[in-house]
Amino acid sequence: MTVGSLEGLSGLARPLLAALPALTRGLVQPATAARSATWFSQVEQAPKDPILGITEKFLADTDPSKINLGVGAYRDDNGQPVVLDSVREAERRVAGSHFMEYLPIGGLRDFIQESVKLAYGDSHPVLKEGQVAAVQSLSGTGSCRLFADFQKRFMPGSKVYISEPTWANHFNIWRDAGVAFEKYRYYKPETRGLDFEGLMEDIKNAPSGSVFLLHACAHNPTGVDPSPEQWRAISRAMAERGHFPLFDMAYQGFASGDCDRDAQSIRIFLADGHRLAVSQSYAKNMGLYGQRVGCLSVVCDNQRDASAVESQLKAIARPMYSNPPLHGALLVTKILQDAELKQMWFKEVKGMADRIISMRSLLRQQLETAGSPLSWRHITDQIGMFAYTGMTGDMVDTLAAKHHIYMTRNGRISLAGVNTKNVARLAEAMHAVTKQ
Amino acid sequence: MESNWAHVEMAPPDPIIGVTEAWRADPDPRKLNLGVGAYRTEEGKPLVLACVREAEAQLMADPNSNHEYLPIAGNAEFCRLARTLALGGDCPALQGGRVATVQALSGEGAGGGNGGGRRGEGVCMARTGGGGEGRVATVQALSIEGAGGVEGGRRGEGVCMARTGGGGEGRVATVQALSGTGALRVGAEFLAAHLPSTAPRVVYLPSPTWGNHKTIFAKAGFQVREYRYFDAATRGLAFDGMCADLASAPRGAVLLLHACAHNPTGVDPSPQQWARILALAQEKALLPFFDSAYQGFASGDLDADAASLRLFVRSGLELVLAQSFAKNMGLYGERAGALSVVCKCKDTAGRVESQLKMVIRPMYSNPPMHGAAIAAKVLGDARLREMWRVELKGMAERIISMRRALYDALYERNVPGDWSFVLKQIGMFSYTGLSRVQCQKLVNKWHIHLTLDGRISMAGLSAQKAPYLADAIADVVANPQ
Repeated sequence: MTVGSLEGLSGLARPLLAALPALTRGLVQPATAARSATWFSQVEQAPKDPILGITEKFLADTDPSKINLGVGAYRDDNGQPVVLDSVREAERRVAGSHFMEYLPIGGLRDFIQESVKLAYGDSHPVLKEGQVAAVQSLSGTGSCRLFADFQKRFMPGSKVYISEPTWANHFNIWRDAGVAFEKYRYYKPETRGLDFEGLMEDIKNAPSGSVFLLHACAHNPTGVDPSPEQWRAISRAMAERGHFPLFDMAYQGFASGDCDRDAQSIRIFLADGHRLAVSQSYAKNMGLYGQRVGCLSVVCDNQRDASAVESQLKAIARPMYSNPPLHGALLVTKILQDAELKQMWFKEVKGMADRIISMRSLLRQQLETAGSPLSWRHITDQIGMFAYTGMTGDMVDTLAAKHHIYMTRNGRISLAGVNTKNVARLAEAMHAVTKQ
Repeated sequence: MESNWAHVEMAPPDPIIGVTEAWRADPDPRKLNLGVGAYRTEEGKPLVLACVREAEAQLMADPNSNHEYLPIAGNAEFCRLARTLALGGDCPALQGGRVATVQALSGEGAGGGNGGGRRGEGVCMARTGGGGEGRVATVQALSIEGAGGVEGGRRGEGVCMARTGGGGEGRVATVQALSGTGALRVGAEFLAAHLPSTAPRVVYLPSPTWGNHKTIFAKAGFQVREYRYFDAATRGLAFDGMCADLASAPRGAVLLLHACAHNPTGVDPSPQQWARILALAQEKALLPFFDSAYQGFASGDLDADAASLRLFVRSGLELVLAQSFAKNMGLYGERAGALSVVCKCKDTAGRVESQLKMVIRPMYSNPPMHGAAIAAKVLGDARLREMWRVELKGMAERIISMRRALYDALYERNVPGDWSFVLKQIGMFSYTGLSRVQCQKLVNKWHIHLTLDGRISMAGLSAQKAPYLADAIADVVANPQ
């Protein structure tokens, strides 16, 4: 340490640093004592995130025509990230207009109100009766985590049932909350569709009162959603078994282009009288990924229960982050509360959904045109950002090595990474690796 | 359908938030809110710093801005700037110098450090392949010539990176966090999972401390113990008691220390006392965990307020640091903070960072971008940073002048007792030493709202209101029942 001149310092620093030699003279030689005590040398390197590995390989690839189909964020037809006009306008209106005071622990009240309206329907009876406990959360992950911690404490002994497959982080969330999981059958490789019979059987066999984590729409990673009729059957079966439905809704509006339609599963369950919970994220449908804005809501029997549940969710949030971030919530609220901005947003989210849907169509068409003997109808049957192509790990490896096309090894592609400029080449490559 | 939640009880209300609610509901025009944990101007208004507003405007105006996910560990530039602010630019534990991307004559030529300056500093300047001028980057260097050390890149571009004269060890792992709370929680979870199995999961908290400390560590699975801290008789530090308690702590216990401006008492150890605490931590093999929520806000001097932390780091100890920009940058609701773990070596720091990310991912995946982007802009821009330094000093000085105003008003009224602690205590909060009953009287009779532990927030005071507060204190001291 260069002591040098102490003139620039004031307050505590100068006397402290000046006194240092005298003060430390009497102590055990710091370096020696320090060397012998180490608290972290046994800390192991955490396992590498598989998706990160793919991104790294993609970045390292120098081929100019390379395609990244691992991307979990929307891209436009030029492969660029998008900031929605409605968001930009909301930003303009919000800028400089607010103090940056702490939000309440449960978040911005107006934001919460608008969020639950969006999820449940503007004038749903449960909203009118004050039965819904709701808090602002750190996007979808944060909502799920709040619920998982809540489940640990208030549904002791219960397990969470997670679809096979599901978003990888779901396992981590419930594991860290200390809640055991089970898997329920969901994806049928043979049909590249829903294993409806398996799902229904697993619902019937699960111990009564289990938490079922359901993807409200645009299942991640398969893109396979139950039909409305199937949702109704699932709802009835779950009611019979007294299970608890937790909907993870990360793609409202982004799946079909219609917010009400994408929330239909939730509304079906509500109509059947389920006391359910919803984890909402604005990462994809408003493109607010890095702002971390979401909402967790829990439908209760009455106001007393709702108040109690809400207070306990806040008690979980307080020692985790004290209060949620302000900026994203201000933007969402601005958009949802202003009639004009809301309409603008509805159009834009439909625009994103439409592009994804048209890429599905185009990809399937190109594969068929290329002469592929296989059925690719699952590409257009599936919905949302992701498609489970059915390609094997070896095929995926070949696509990367030979064709400079990157995706996760389970054959999942992100349609967000597909555009009119690369779809032909993608189809050719997929045909090439699957034709034998 | 049966009610799932009939058995769920109302969680106890947060005592601090209750104070502001009561103040809001109070119709009396003389009311004072001394529970507020956020800075207020002389007019009692919240404040957004000019440097923050400007940084925000710059971010908005940037055509390349978007809302894409940050990495799990957050905004890397923010992390570097935050920890350098805390540890000091010349801290040997940090990677020395800045990574400066400069145009260069060739892949190797990004150096060409021209000397100048003292040993340990060099200027790295290069020219483009085309003959134009690259950017001048000031970096710390191993020696006057050593500003190079380039890594590759294509012809015409290179990366210039160098280390400090001391060796620039790069042994600090830093992740962005949700302000101080988030940093504390991620740190606590990491320690609970990764301390050696022989280390007890025990944390020592000062008595009293910020209420949330206990909850955070308990949630992470720590057994919470207290060490004596506040001496009610002197309204100062119970130093002998503190040392005795630390001396009896088990090896490997975590020792939570407030870097400056202790919350809620305002009582900080002196430099000599800090040196003794360090010695104890070394002797007893305790792991220091610093909570730094008021750097620059306490004395008005960023370096002075970090002196205790830097003393510990310079001794070579491993330690953990939770940093918050809520108060010193007024970023409260934007949740800008950082968690740093000072390790013994670079390799360990790398492994520690990977495990910090494993705690974060199942909690919220990646941190919120806005507050960190603002803080990074302010810290990284020389003009904005200077603007900030001045505004921060201004806030600290107003707080200090409120202490003076209150002290003078108490003195004028000949209120019995030694009120010098008002001047000696530092930071936003002061522990008045008033009893619960006296505090209740302040609330009910005088409409002065505060937490019943006698903590007042100087931020809620104005020069105009100080006499009123002094009248009230005089009254409850004279008539304590």
